Amino acid sequence: MTSNELAAQADSLAAQAAALADKMHQIAGAAAPAAAAVEPFVFLLAVFLMACFVGYYVVWNVTPALHSPLMAVTNAISSVIVVGAMLATGLAVSGWAMGFGFVAVTLASVNIFGGFVVTQRMLSMFKKKQ
Amino acid sequence: MPASLTALAYLVAAVLFILALRGLSHPETSRRGNQMGMAGMAIALLATLAHAGMSGSGYLLIVLGILIGGSAGTFIARRIQMTALPQLVAAFHSLVGLAAVFVAAAALNAPGAFGIGTPGNIHLQSLIEMSIGLAIGAITFSGSVIAFAKLQALMRGAPITFRMQHPLNAALGALLVVLIVTFVATGSQVVFWLIAILSIALGFLLIIPIGGADMPVVVSMLNSYSGWAACGIGFTIQNLALIITGALVGASGAILSYIMCKGMNRSIINVLLGGFGSESGAAATGGGPAIDRTVKSGAPEDAAFIMKNASKVIVVPGYGMAVAQAQHALREMADTLKKEGVEIKYAIHPVAGRMPGHMNVLLAEANVPYDEVFELEEINHEFSTADVVYVIGANDVTNPAAKTDPKSPIYGMPILEVDKARTVLFVKRSMASGYAGVENELFFRPNTMMLFGDAKKVTEAIVKALA
Repeated sequence: MTSNELAAQADSLAAQAAALADKMHQIAGAAAPAAAAVEPFVFLLAVFLMACFVGYYVVWNVTPALHSPLMAVTNAISSVIVVGAMLATGLAVSGWAMGFGFVAVTLASVNIFGGFVVTQRMLSMFKKKQ
Repeated sequence: MPASLTALAYLVAAVLFILALRGLSHPETSRRGNQMGMAGMAIALLATLAHAGMSGSGYLLIVLGILIGGSAGTFIARRIQMTALPQLVAAFHSLVGLAAVFVAAAALNAPGAFGIGTPGNIHLQSLIEMSIGLAIGAITFSGSVIAFAKLQALMRGAPITFRMQHPLNAALGALLVVLIVTFVATGSQVVFWLIAILSIALGFLLIIPIGGADMPVVVSMLNSYSGWAACGIGFTIQNLALIITGALVGASGAILSYIMCKGMNRSIINVLLGGFGSESGAAATGGGPAIDRTVKSGAPEDAAFIMKNASKVIVVPGYGMAVAQAQHALREMADTLKKEGVEIKYAIHPVAGRMPGHMNVLLAEANVPYDEVFELEEINHEFSTADVVYVIGANDVTNPAAKTDPKSPIYGMPILEVDKARTVLFVKRSMASGYAGVENELFFRPNTMMLFGDAKKVTEAIVKALA
């Protein structure tokens, strides 16, 4: 397979995953009142497995020269865990949960900003021959 | 904001993250990719802020946390030296792991915020997912702390091994499973923190037997773990952005670990069990005393003369170049040689340096154009046409014993075939063997000239001699 084919495949997989997830959400919403015939977990699992495949194809397509930026940027995006931390902080009724949430928001923010900035710094250095 | 709209926003964020990784397939598209990643993160943050029912004090804490963390992160990322990148990434991994632990703790204390039950009465399945996210997060945290300490030279890079190490780890692993089962059955706070403590201990114990030069694999693996931890939390709080992103990161780290292991011809199990390159290993495989053998050593002026008269020079950088910060001097040398009409190329071994792609970033920092830098498979056939190979701070990755000596611990490892070039110039501080503890046959070959000294100083001296 050429890299272009791989890339096209990864793109279409991504689109499929997105469409599927969207559909699942509707189905899950529709199923909820009817005492949930299919567990939402199954849908989440399906999304998870799709994402594993997308990740597999997209990452094999990354040029080895950019493996360091890859690590830094995956670091930044995995800090999307901040979403959970923010919800805990904003919606918590107990003080403990709010405190834990706040700490997690702070830690994840270091990563988000640090990760993207250092990636940008690295990438800006890669130049072609003049 | 209605719940389905929020979920859609998370989905858009996840797709943007995929495109961010996709951009890294080429340096030209990579910068836009990174911007898409930032846009995705901004969307995820805004969508969460617009969530219904957030309390005022909650908003205050969130903004405060983002301000503190964000400015600390930006400050560090701007100031960090490119040679210190591996430890920076390890430190960042530890933060993701720790954040996962705290989110799990928050979910346990306020399950209502995520719709997974009421305190003391959390859905069974959520407890399972929570404990898995917690355990992986805690292992990622402490494992990354050790990786950071080894890379930053806060502790010795040598493997730390002791008797009954592996049985002990296995027993602790079994205990962890028992604790998770207990936690799922009871939902107890105490057991939750016991899992956290045990996982942290396990993370320490798993990484201490792994030597410094195996850190590329460890850092990649912890990268993968941080992704799976995010996934576990994503399942707990039923968030699509987290699940998709976690899977992407998990896959990415796993692939990088695989590439690194292949670059050393070792299995991931062999790396993880550790002890490679330890004292006992070196003694057993040293290949006898080499006192009588003579090496040819030369002065920088000799090297300058040889390279000036060459038509093609291939540079092989390794970790030693990073340690000596020699990349700028190296580029200066290359520029001078180019003016003399010499063709310059760079050859990078997959495991050169302390993280995947480390050398490429350092060369890019020194303004070496990326189209002069080649991977092992691309350039290995060209060594036979090179007049000079300039090996700077690399050793094991050039050792022909990997191809010829089945008894060698590095046997089967793909190497850069520098021995095929007409002349090999080896910049090295001493005759000490490399990480694998193996003598390098190349040093004693008649067409090899050793340039003893600090990589930066030697290269600078060559530049001076060329002028």
